[in-house]
Amino acid sequence: MSSQATGSEVRKQRWSRQRRRETAWAYAFLTPAFFFLVVLLLFPIIFAFWISLHDWSLIPRPTPFIGLENYSTALSDALTIKSIKNTFIYTIGAVPISLALSLLLAIVMNQDGLPLRTLFRTTYFIPVITSWVAVSFVWIWMLEPRYGLVNAFLRLIGITGIRWLASPQWALPAIMLVSIWKGLGYNMVLFLAGLQTIPRELMEAARIDGANRWQSFLNITFPLLNPTIVFLTVTAVIGSLQVFTPAVIMTTVQGEAGGPINSTRVMVYHIYSMAFRSNRLGYGAALAFILFVIILVITIIQLRLTQREFEYA
Amino acid sequence: MPTKKAVTSAAHKRRGLTTGLNLGEKLGVGLGLIVLIFGAVWMLLPLVWMISASLMPLSEVIKVPPVWFAPDKYSLANYMEVWSRVGFSRYFFNSAFVAVTITILQLLTSAMAGFAFARYDFPGRNVIFLIILATMMIPFQVIMIPLFIMMARLKLVNTIWGLIVPSMVTAFGVFLMRQFMMGVPRPLLEAARIDGASEPYIFARIMLPLCKPALAALGIFAFLGSWDNFLWPLIIINSQKLWTLPIAMSRFTEQYIAQTHLQMAGASIMFVPILVVFLAMQRNFIEGIALTGLKG
Repeated sequence: MSSQATGSEVRKQRWSRQRRRETAWAYAFLTPAFFFLVVLLLFPIIFAFWISLHDWSLIPRPTPFIGLENYSTALSDALTIKSIKNTFIYTIGAVPISLALSLLLAIVMNQDGLPLRTLFRTTYFIPVITSWVAVSFVWIWMLEPRYGLVNAFLRLIGITGIRWLASPQWALPAIMLVSIWKGLGYNMVLFLAGLQTIPRELMEAARIDGANRWQSFLNITFPLLNPTIVFLTVTAVIGSLQVFTPAVIMTTVQGEAGGPINSTRVMVYHIYSMAFRSNRLGYGAALAFILFVIILVITIIQLRLTQREFEYA
Repeated sequence: MPTKKAVTSAAHKRRGLTTGLNLGEKLGVGLGLIVLIFGAVWMLLPLVWMISASLMPLSEVIKVPPVWFAPDKYSLANYMEVWSRVGFSRYFFNSAFVAVTITILQLLTSAMAGFAFARYDFPGRNVIFLIILATMMIPFQVIMIPLFIMMARLKLVNTIWGLIVPSMVTAFGVFLMRQFMMGVPRPLLEAARIDGASEPYIFARIMLPLCKPALAALGIFAFLGSWDNFLWPLIIINSQKLWTLPIAMSRFTEQYIAQTHLQMAGASIMFVPILVVFLAMQRNFIEGIALTGLKG
């Protein structure tokens, strides 16, 4: 009896020593990442809110507390509203077209007996790996009204005179065009990976039952692809709301970005410009928080909506 | 759901076409090929033109109608000018140094944290993981202003480390490595421990080699993200000698207005090294990215 008790005690002791050792190792492995995530992400977001409540500038001077004034200024400022509007137009224009096109291409590429599949996949992926800055400069010249290839093509089919980046009407669509071009390959690769997880038997069964291609797409492919569609939609929308590099580089004229009559002034550029060019860090932080809330709300709405779609069965 | 009637009528139609099914499929493939080739041309054309224009003198670049190829006029003169006179050799080095350092730091911190989550049960495991997941949702734009102020206090503004520090850890990296390492069978690690292997040994010699696909994917993301980063360097760097390639591209064009041939050479300098690495390991590359998409 007694020996049994001591035996289990020893085991328990050994076990807890082992457990303590494991816990120590776990924290040791975890510390670098966790420490820097706290310092570089969690603390700054609280600090950002604090800054947004102050009249904060880069120059060493007192930073008076002004409550929510930065927020009320932001929401009644025409330029802010314009930049939010532009960002929305860009997102609504670019994301659905990009997703629809890339899904179509993925389905075409997923056909049985299609030759050169790997080569196509590689080709479509090249714009994805190309730096945004390089891409922006290339497309400035692709879209140049006189020398550019795009207008050269359009002339062939009788369309002339679109001034693209110099036109208030076409500058934003031009940037959408470029981001669709650049992102197509990435979406397509993920769709292709999703399509390949759909069991072949299902498609075979549908065909034997007499479903045509459109019917099997609508009733099998689309629902089973839902996780990929949700993932890509949510991340693409988040990414588009944060668009910066192409909008800035493609429409900077004499050091000022924003495009003709601010037609390409997007949220992130507005934040950057207010905080670091106009030296209003507090105001910039408030604008950034507004963007954060917009992203959060839209993401939650999307997840809610798509979750309902899961209940198709 | 199609109604029963619709299904049977479709079935009749199908049966009528049964003999032509192969032909129909062939038609589909043929049509698909045309679409894909057309798309591929549009994918490559701008980049091919970029490289072509980077080899031509300005007089050829701005001809109307556009000159796409002029092999007899090609030379490396634009590259020489951009590389030495504009100073891209230095900016290239800056970009490469920053990107490589960030990649190494991200891989190390993410793999270590992922290992902790996948390997041990410790108090606070779930809470800490949830906190890390939550930080994934913080957009960089929200923290860039406080980060700048912090960097200023630490005297890191306008230094190379000011470029590196904010990107050395990502929540996404920790998440990805954790997900991947959870898939590694525990008995494998237990066996090593019974054999007397130390924990760092198990991490470095057993776990890491098993995680090559995830490490490759994360490494690609980290490197490309840094190579392409424009917003943060724009904020943190003033002096020209610390410019990275994206900053150099946007700034030097302010001095060399409408020098398309030089711009295209600069863009090609950013593009070609990445392309070479991509083509060399494109299979791992694309599969790694598909992996992150499905797990993320």
